[in-house]
Amino acid sequence: MDNGLHLKAVEIYRDGQPLLQIDAQVGPGEILTVMGPSGSGKSTLLSFLTGHLAPAFTATGQVVLDGYDVTSQPPEHRKIGILFQDDLLFPHLSVGANLAFGLRGGTKSERQKTIETALSDVGLQGFETRDPATLSGGQKARGALMRVLLSDPKALLLDEAFSGLDTDRRAQIRDLTFDHARKKHLPVVMVTHDIDDANAAGGQVIQLGA
Amino acid sequence: MTDRAVRRPASTARSFWGALPLLTLIIMIGPVLAGLFGTVLPAFGYLPAAGLGAFSIAPFTDLFAWNGIWAATRLSVTTGFAATFLSLAIVTLLMAGWSGTRALRWLETLLSPLLSVPHAATAFGIAFLIAPSGWIARMISPWLTGWDRPPDVLITQDPLGIALTLGLVTKEVPFLLLMALAAKGQSASTQRMRVAQSLGYGRVSGWLKSVFPVIYAQIHLPVLVVLAYSMSVVDVAMILGPTTPPPLSVQVVKWMSDPDLSKRLIASAAALWQLALVIAALGVWWIGERITARLGLAWVERGARNLRLDKTARPLGITLGTVSALSVLLGLLCLGVWSFAGFWGYPDALPQSLTPKNWARHWPDISDSLITTLLIAALSVAVAVTLVIACLEAEHRTGRSLSQKGLWLIYAPLLIPQIAFLPGVQTALLITGATSGFWPVSLMHVVFVLPYVFLSLTDPWRNWDPRIDTIARSLGTSPTRVLFTLRLPMLLRPILTAAAVGFAVSVGQYLPTLLAGGGRVATLTTEAVALSSGGDRRAIGAFGVAQTLAVIAPFAIATLLPYWMWRNRKGLHG
Repeated sequence: MDNGLHLKAVEIYRDGQPLLQIDAQVGPGEILTVMGPSGSGKSTLLSFLTGHLAPAFTATGQVVLDGYDVTSQPPEHRKIGILFQDDLLFPHLSVGANLAFGLRGGTKSERQKTIETALSDVGLQGFETRDPATLSGGQKARGALMRVLLSDPKALLLDEAFSGLDTDRRAQIRDLTFDHARKKHLPVVMVTHDIDDANAAGGQVIQLGA
Repeated sequence: MTDRAVRRPASTARSFWGALPLLTLIIMIGPVLAGLFGTVLPAFGYLPAAGLGAFSIAPFTDLFAWNGIWAATRLSVTTGFAATFLSLAIVTLLMAGWSGTRALRWLETLLSPLLSVPHAATAFGIAFLIAPSGWIARMISPWLTGWDRPPDVLITQDPLGIALTLGLVTKEVPFLLLMALAAKGQSASTQRMRVAQSLGYGRVSGWLKSVFPVIYAQIHLPVLVVLAYSMSVVDVAMILGPTTPPPLSVQVVKWMSDPDLSKRLIASAAALWQLALVIAALGVWWIGERITARLGLAWVERGARNLRLDKTARPLGITLGTVSALSVLLGLLCLGVWSFAGFWGYPDALPQSLTPKNWARHWPDISDSLITTLLIAALSVAVAVTLVIACLEAEHRTGRSLSQKGLWLIYAPLLIPQIAFLPGVQTALLITGATSGFWPVSLMHVVFVLPYVFLSLTDPWRNWDPRIDTIARSLGTSPTRVLFTLRLPMLLRPILTAAAVGFAVSVGQYLPTLLAGGGRVATLTTEAVALSSGGDRRAIGAFGVAQTLAVIAPFAIATLLPYWMWRNRKGLHG
C-alpha cells in the first residue's frame, strides 16, 4: 500500500513560465520542509496541493494521497488540512462552533464530547462558548490546530504556520503540532523561511530557488 | 474512499456560475436597450398604438419648430456642465486643502447620510430655504431687508437655471466626495503628500500635482454619471428649474403625459435629442479631461511650489463644502418645521405654533404611498442584492473577474439618461398591452438599484480573506456551504449597507416610477413631486420628511443589526 503523500513530477508555471518543480514522497508521520526566498513559489505549491491554484498558474504532475490521485479533486474532497500564519478562526462563530465546523459525523452528544476532549487536550477546557477574538495568540493557534485535526485529514500542510507567534510560544506550538501530526500518522508539508522550524521537523528539506 | 478516484464533472456547475453575470447583465441592460428601441421607433413616426404606422422625420421637424427648443437645450447643457464642474471643484478643493484633517472627517460624517436622501426631498428643502418667502429671507426680514411681504423676484425656477444648478451641486458634492474618499485609500496619498511637502510644495499644489491625477482616474466614471444626470434630471428640475420653457427633460415628461397619444412622437424625438446632447457633452468633457491633463502636466513640469495657493484655496474649499452641507441639512430641517407648522406668517422666522394636524390630515395619503414605496424598494433590492452576490460568487468560483469594459456596462444605466429610454419603456408596455404598474416599476428599479449595490458590495466582497475559503474547503466544506455559513454571515454588515444604499436609490426614483407605472403607481417621491406645483408647503414638508425617514431607517438597521447580532464577536467590529 502506497501510504502517505506523493508529489509526482509536480511542475508549476506562472503565466506559462516555469516557477518550480518538485518530486517528493512524504510518509505517514514524516515532515517535509520546503524552504526558499519569497517569490520562489512555496505558498503556490501549497495552493496547488489544497486545490486552490490561482488562475494565473498552471500545473502538471500528480498529487497522490494514500494511493489515490487527488490532483483533479475539488478541495473539499481531498482531505488535506492546512494551517496558515494567522489562526483564521471564523470570527462569527464561538470557539466550540469553529471546531464543530470541521468535525465530521457523530451524534450531538458525541460531537460535544469530542470537542470538549479536543479543547482540553490543548489546555483550552471550557472555551466552547468563547469569542475567538478574546483568545491569546497561542490559544488561537491551538484552537486552529484542533479544528483542522477534528476534520480527520489524511495530510497536513503548514504555511508559515508558526511565523506569527512570539519566540517562546513558537517552539511550544510547533512541538504540539508535530506531536499531534505524528500521533495521527499524517504526512506533513511545511513551508517556512525559518531554519529552526526545519531543524525541529528533522525530516527532509527541499530548497526552492528564486 | 472510492469517491476519491471518481473525477467529478465540474463543467456543468462552472457553466451555471459562468452564465450568472450574463443573466444579470441582461436584466440590467435589457430594459435599457428595449427602452431605447421603443423611443427610436416613435421618434421616427412609428407608433401603432396610436394608429401611426408611417416612418417620417416629422417628429423631429415638429420638435425643432417648437419655440422653446433652444432655451430648453441651452438649459440642459448649461445646468449640466455648471453643476458637474462646481461639484467637482468643491470636492477637489476640499480634498486638496483638507485631506487628513479633522475638519474634513467631520464634514464627511455630516455628508454621508445626505448622500442617501432623495433628490426631490433635497430640492424641496433648498427651495424652502432660498425662495423669496423662504427661511433665509424670513430670518433676515424685516430687520435687515425691510421686507414685510415676499419680494417679487424669481429666485427658484429662475430662467437661467441657477437654483436648479445649486440644488444639483448640494446633492452631487456628497456623492463625489464619498467616491473620492473611497478612491483615496488606493492612492497612497499620505506618502505622496509627504514627498511633495518635503520638496517644498504647498498643501493644495502638492495635492493637485501628486494625488489628484490618481483620484480623478478612479472617480472619472462617477463624474460622467453626474454630468449625464445633471443634464437630464426631471424631478429636481420640476422643483427648482424654470417653467417657460422648462428644461428639455421636463418637457419630454409633459408631452409623454399628454392624453393625445400623437404627442408621444415629439416626446420621443425630444428624448433622442436629449440623448444626443448627453453623448455630445460626455465627449466634450472627455476632451476637456485631455486638455486639463496636458495643462496640468505643464504646470507640474514648471515646478512652481505655489505656496500662496493655500491661503485662498483652503478657506474657499471649506466654506463652499460647509455651505453645501448646511444648505441640505437646513433644507431638511425646514421641511420638518413646515410639516408641523401651524399659522406661519411672513416674515416670521418660525411658525406661531407647532401642530401634528398636518400629519394627521396627510397621513392616509402618506401611508398608502409609503407602503407602495417600501414594497417596490424591498422587492427590487432583494433581486438586486441576490444577483450581485451571485455575480460576485461566480467571479470567485470561475476566477474570472470583471474587466474595465465590464465596469462601463455596470455604469451604463447611470450614464444613459433615464429620459432617453424610459419613454420607450412606457411605449413598449403600451404596445404589448401590459397594464403598467407595480411589476414593471419594480423591474425598472432593479435596473437602477443594481449598479449601486454592485459598486457598494464589490470591494468588501473581494477583500474577504480567501484563506478562510481555503481553510473551510480543506476541512471538507462545499463551496455553497462556505458561502452560506461563512462568507455571507461574515459580510453581513457590508451586505446590509449595500441593501440600504439600494433601498435609498429605489425610494428616490421619480421618472422610472412615473413612466413604467403609467402614472398609476404612487410612491412617496411621485406624490411629493406632484405636490410641487400646488405649493402646499405643509404637505410637501410631510412627504419630504417621510421620504427622508424611508431612506434613513434602512441605514440605521444596517448599522444596528450587525452590531446586535455580533455583539459577542469582537472580531467582526473592525
